[in-house]
Amino acid sequence: MSLARRTFLLRLGHTGLAALTLASGLLPRFARAEEARPAFMATAVADALKALGVGNPAKSDAISFKAPDIAENGAAVPVEVESTLPKTRSILLLVEKNPHVMSASFQFREGTDPYVATRVKVAESSVIHAVVTTDDGAFYTTRLVKVTLGGCGG
Amino acid sequence: MSDPMRIRAVANGDKVEVKILMSHVMETGQRKDADGAVVPAHYIVKVVGTCNGREVLSADWGPSVSKNPYLSFRFKGGAKGDKVKITWTDTAGEQRSDEVSVG
Repeated sequence: MSLARRTFLLRLGHTGLAALTLASGLLPRFARAEEARPAFMATAVADALKALGVGNPAKSDAISFKAPDIAENGAAVPVEVESTLPKTRSILLLVEKNPHVMSASFQFREGTDPYVATRVKVAESSVIHAVVTTDDGAFYTTRLVKVTLGGCGG
Repeated sequence: MSDPMRIRAVANGDKVEVKILMSHVMETGQRKDADGAVVPAHYIVKVVGTCNGREVLSADWGPSVSKNPYLSFRFKGGAKGDKVKITWTDTAGEQRSDEVSVG
């Protein structure tokens, strides 16, 4: 073991203890901060959809999904989804290779366009799923985004 | 206290186009700081948009929405002068609302 590694581990031990002391004082805050929504805890697209009660979406050309082919910065990948499917209720965004696949869900009220644009983190090159739920079932389309710099740094 | 959102709501034909830039760390809880300690998760979980009190959009977010989130959507039934209000709630229970008039 090199000296640098030893010093690092020692420091890690100290900060670990400090963090523990700190955490015990802030426990209610941390308890609340813990993710409890099953869909957002899922590590596979199918599991996330199941948790949301979305069964077997069908591939559809009626969803326009814009995302870059290559993203230089995985921390902020612009995505834009628009559905032309009648009675669209919600749009879901799932990033297949992220630690937790579920990124966001948007629910549209009467009169709101089935359209959304946002930016998501993509940890590594991944297929992104845009799932649209309607009164007549669920549909999806995908885009592959290649990431040259990971999105883990937030 | 968190910084205010930047919201633009513009009437375009029979629709109102809304663009929002929020100020939030969107910490995933997966990242470690320089000392190797895990940075606790802290991210927006819920966003609600209303126009004159009528809900037009709601969203559920996870930690993989980008830091300082950007969001754009559009809705019918709004006119110049209407109040568009956006509210977010995060994992720490913090909440922030900001309002603009449709221009």
